[in-house]
Amino acid sequence: MRAKSYLLLAFVAIGLSAFIVPAQDSYFYDILIGIGINVILATSLNLINGYTGQFSLGHAGFMAVGAYAASYLSLKWMQPVDPGADPNAISAMAEGGFFVALLAGGICAGLVGLLVGVPSLRLKGDYLAIVTLGFNEIIKSVIQNAEPLGAQRGLGGMVRYTNYLWTFGLAAICIYVVVCLVNSSYGRGFLAVRDDEIAAEAMGINTTKYKVLAFVIGAFFAGIAGGLYAHLKQFVHPEAFNFGRSVDIVVMVILGGMGSAAGVCFAAVILTVLPEGLRYLSHWDKLPDWLQHVAENRMILYSLLLIVLMLTRPQGLFGGLSAPKRRIGAK
Amino acid sequence: MIEFIQQLINGLSLGAIYALIALGYTMVYGVLRFINFAHGDVFMLGAFAGLYAAPHVLEMCGGPSYGVTAIVLLVAMAACAIIGVVIERLCYSPLRAQPKLTVLITAIGVSLFLENGGQLWFGADPKSFPIIMDDSAIDLPQWFGRFVDLTLTTGQLLVFGVTAALLIALHYIVMHTRLGMAMRAVSFNPAAASLMGVNNDFIISFTFALGSALAGAAGILVSIQLPSVEPLMGVMLGLKAFVAAVLGGIGNLQGAVLGGLLLGVLETMDVGYGSPTYKDAIAFAVLILILLVKPTGLLGKSEREKV
Repeated sequence: MRAKSYLLLAFVAIGLSAFIVPAQDSYFYDILIGIGINVILATSLNLINGYTGQFSLGHAGFMAVGAYAASYLSLKWMQPVDPGADPNAISAMAEGGFFVALLAGGICAGLVGLLVGVPSLRLKGDYLAIVTLGFNEIIKSVIQNAEPLGAQRGLGGMVRYTNYLWTFGLAAICIYVVVCLVNSSYGRGFLAVRDDEIAAEAMGINTTKYKVLAFVIGAFFAGIAGGLYAHLKQFVHPEAFNFGRSVDIVVMVILGGMGSAAGVCFAAVILTVLPEGLRYLSHWDKLPDWLQHVAENRMILYSLLLIVLMLTRPQGLFGGLSAPKRRIGAK
Repeated sequence: MIEFIQQLINGLSLGAIYALIALGYTMVYGVLRFINFAHGDVFMLGAFAGLYAAPHVLEMCGGPSYGVTAIVLLVAMAACAIIGVVIERLCYSPLRAQPKLTVLITAIGVSLFLENGGQLWFGADPKSFPIIMDDSAIDLPQWFGRFVDLTLTTGQLLVFGVTAALLIALHYIVMHTRLGMAMRAVSFNPAAASLMGVNNDFIISFTFALGSALAGAAGILVSIQLPSVEPLMGVMLGLKAFVAAVLGGIGNLQGAVLGGLLLGVLETMDVGYGSPTYKDAIAFAVLILILLVKPTGLLGKSEREKV
């Protein structure tokens, strides 16, 4: 009940804050939407990596499936709106269609997640990491060879449906679903699989079901994030969903702390804003030259951050703080 | 048929490169049980070490020759061995007691650091590798060439020769020296090995040095055949070499060589007879299929998890 009121609160807050967000076509608006999309991606990966303990390195693959499926549908069936038209003039009908396309993208990604989840039954740890990475590459290769999806050229011309309300509304739902699921008595199975698979199995938990379920739900939301991304950029390209993108999402989960919903969201915000901030810093004249140079090469900072974090605080910034640790009998 | 043999030769020379890099993955996995994601980038650093060393060596020896190639190879191997040990000391050894996942993530961080650092220090643009030996088609013996129309380049011959020599050397070190025995002991049971007086830290560093040296050699062998080197050249090759290691059964030296050769041949056959655009996907598809049927890889032994 408390969780539901939080969700309601989140919706009200999003609705109210929609009045103060910057103009639709501004640079800051795009960063803001980017934050929302990354929050969805990081939260959904957190379900797989953080709560269920299945190290997946192919989240961008699910995102790609969602992005392409949603784009394909919206291009195929709902292109009555002139691409150059005022984005504020999108009809309710088109908005509904967009939602259907997003949902279809999510479902397609979820089905692929099912496909990826099945090998996870026999593999663990490093092997699973490399197989999910492999799936990411395979998905990319298939798209690169699929002529209806634009192959190497990418797919463009979608209407810019993605806006503040859609992105953050879906982000709120994603967080709600993941947190409620993990905190429910049913969802404790995820944590049990992570903490000790053998013990969980001995206690009669169907570990197979939980692992596959984590992949399907995680992939579903990654697919939705992909659809949002596609309708924000209005162009998708297979290379946008490569191994590097997957690593980005993994870094968000790790920085925030695996299995910490709030930490992961925080990390998603930081890691979306940080590169933009550094880009700004690298053009700031008042800064010494060498600092500008460092800011320019933000990927180096990014990787150093990861190494230092692992050496000093491997549980992530917020790890171990908000993970569910209620004792039996406690209220 | 002739074309098939030709593809086989090309595939084996590609596979030999995979095998050299895969050995590094598999040896580190053997002693530490984690994927050294930065290994592919050590390979890249080997190529760059060669790129910077080659002009000096060429000047010293006065022109391209096999001697120059040998020196450049040794320089790159030494450089990579040092880099490998430094990475292990700085980034992995403080994490011995941490869960394997932490080390894996650190390795991803190191890999990103080397890739982006490489782009900063060396420049992101491809650089042409100096000609240190002549890479041309060999005149196959007349009696042979009369019947078949095969092409074998000196570069490929070098790959086969160097790989074979390194594999024999590695086999000797691992199976017939005290160090090798210690390596096998650490791989078998680290706690017991250290009780028997093995210095585990030293052996782990030594393993990193060996594996990285092999990657450095692979870096030079690739660069001689490719016209250029660039900071991201190790990403895909490293991943595929890792696939090769898993394919053969990770932790198993013969498996890494088998997996590498198999993957190289499969990929070349795909380019020759199938669709070249699926070249990258096929490695991973094969990997997934093999792991589904035999999760420990072709030659891997299954380790039963104890409760």
